[in-house]
Amino acid sequence: MIDLAGVAAQFTELMLAILLAPLLTGWVNQCRAWLQNRSAPGLLQPYRTLNKLFQKEVVLAHGASPLFRIAPYLIFGSLALAAAIVPTLDIDLPLNAAADAIALVGLLALARLFVSLAGMDIGTAFGSLGARREMMVGFLAEPALLMVLFTASLISGSTSLSTIVHTLAHKEFVIYPSMAFAGVAFTMVSLAENARIPIDNPATHLELTMIHEAMVLEYSGRHLAMIEWAASLKLFVYSCMGLALFFPFGIAESGDWLGIVLALPALLLKLAVGGAALALIEMLSAKMRIFRAPEFLGSAFLFAVLAMLVHVLLES
Amino acid sequence: MLTHYGPQLVNLFAAVLLLLAFAMLSQRRMLSLINLFAAQGFVLFLTTSLVAALTGQHHLYWSALLTLALKVILLPWILHRLIRKLNIKWDVETLINIPTTMLVGIVLVVLAFNLALPISQLAGTVTRSTLGIALASVLLSFLMMITRSKAIPQVIGFLAMENGLFFAATGAVYGMPMVVELGVALDVLVGALILGIFIFQIRERFDSLDTRHLERLKEL
Repeated sequence: MIDLAGVAAQFTELMLAILLAPLLTGWVNQCRAWLQNRSAPGLLQPYRTLNKLFQKEVVLAHGASPLFRIAPYLIFGSLALAAAIVPTLDIDLPLNAAADAIALVGLLALARLFVSLAGMDIGTAFGSLGARREMMVGFLAEPALLMVLFTASLISGSTSLSTIVHTLAHKEFVIYPSMAFAGVAFTMVSLAENARIPIDNPATHLELTMIHEAMVLEYSGRHLAMIEWAASLKLFVYSCMGLALFFPFGIAESGDWLGIVLALPALLLKLAVGGAALALIEMLSAKMRIFRAPEFLGSAFLFAVLAMLVHVLLES
Repeated sequence: MLTHYGPQLVNLFAAVLLLLAFAMLSQRRMLSLINLFAAQGFVLFLTTSLVAALTGQHHLYWSALLTLALKVILLPWILHRLIRKLNIKWDVETLINIPTTMLVGIVLVVLAFNLALPISQLAGTVTRSTLGIALASVLLSFLMMITRSKAIPQVIGFLAMENGLFFAATGAVYGMPMVVELGVALDVLVGALILGIFIFQIRERFDSLDTRHLERLKEL
């Protein structure tokens, strides 16, 4: 028996994530430009860039293996699947029965693995340098992210994101002090994972300090378009994950069609505020040396552990 | 409404207090350290007034106001003036590197939570579960005093420790008697003033604020 409403909701949510992701990136760029007193690019600039890249010819390096050509699609695919798991509009998602928060972290890790492999594939200095740094950031950020998700799981008694959102949003409203710690840890992790300013600068090209850009330097044409789209999608997934964990209010219950209609403007509003906050954080902080990154992410992990401890002390 | 969410809010503020204690522990910059101290004082002020509103203990309002005047406005102002005069805004040298300090901090938190659990079960206050957090912030400030080599972070550690003690008193028994509280507040104020003068003397004597110079008692 296929739950048609669930499949429809799942499909809507996936399409929404894929289509809205560049818009979020455009919004963050716009906010950043405003804060830096520059005239901002249009809100739809990422779509124009994607369109341009899709029409361009692909230039492949000599010695590029098939992996180099497949990787953009694999990265995009795993991030799209990750986007499908995170509840954005309502919690009735059939995929959530198959994949919980741990699988979500796994999907994000899969995407990272292929970005790094593709970076090393050509054998340029920048590519392998970026890949190594990405792996370093990744292996430090992942346990912190897992701990944040585990804190939410301890509260709701389940690792399924739907159940977590259901507990946090639709049961009686309770203030969870542990979520304050988890929120700090999550913010730090998502800054690092999305190549944002304290760790990496998304606006940089050809700098010795770059991480994400260094790995995708050799890509062009539709491959680059897929990678850029996937990067926007990753930002979108992290934003929605943050919203689902810390501001789940407005996400509809299953079968509540009016709630779904109301959830869309709520989601857009929350994303707009979150994107502006991200731009503000980026403006206020300076980029760290790469050797400070372990310290930064180590603190994130400690905060996530503290969140669990505080949960045990105050909420049990 | 207040009786329902009040204790939860106190717990939230307690968590923020602990968060700020950790932030101070990991901070490298003097200016941010002072601002964090002021923020901790402000959270303490909020918590104390909330506990006062919850329990109807009127003397707690006074101690909340005292906290606001002293720890949010006066002491940070004195410290700001001090670092402006000494012209040290940036470097905070640590004896152990910061990740190790943070790890020790986590161990201290676990220890404090474990210690406080049986004690807080004996207390009958609405805020009893925050005792562990208060103990943890006292220990963390202590750790900060031990691991910093310069004088000003040590002073800030001392003042933050007083914050933790104050919070412990509020959480466990709804605050100390007014006389004791006034005495402690005055002590802290005078202590900060004296330490300020002391810091100037250290600097004049050794051309540096590193307290390790004080370990050598003989004249050069």
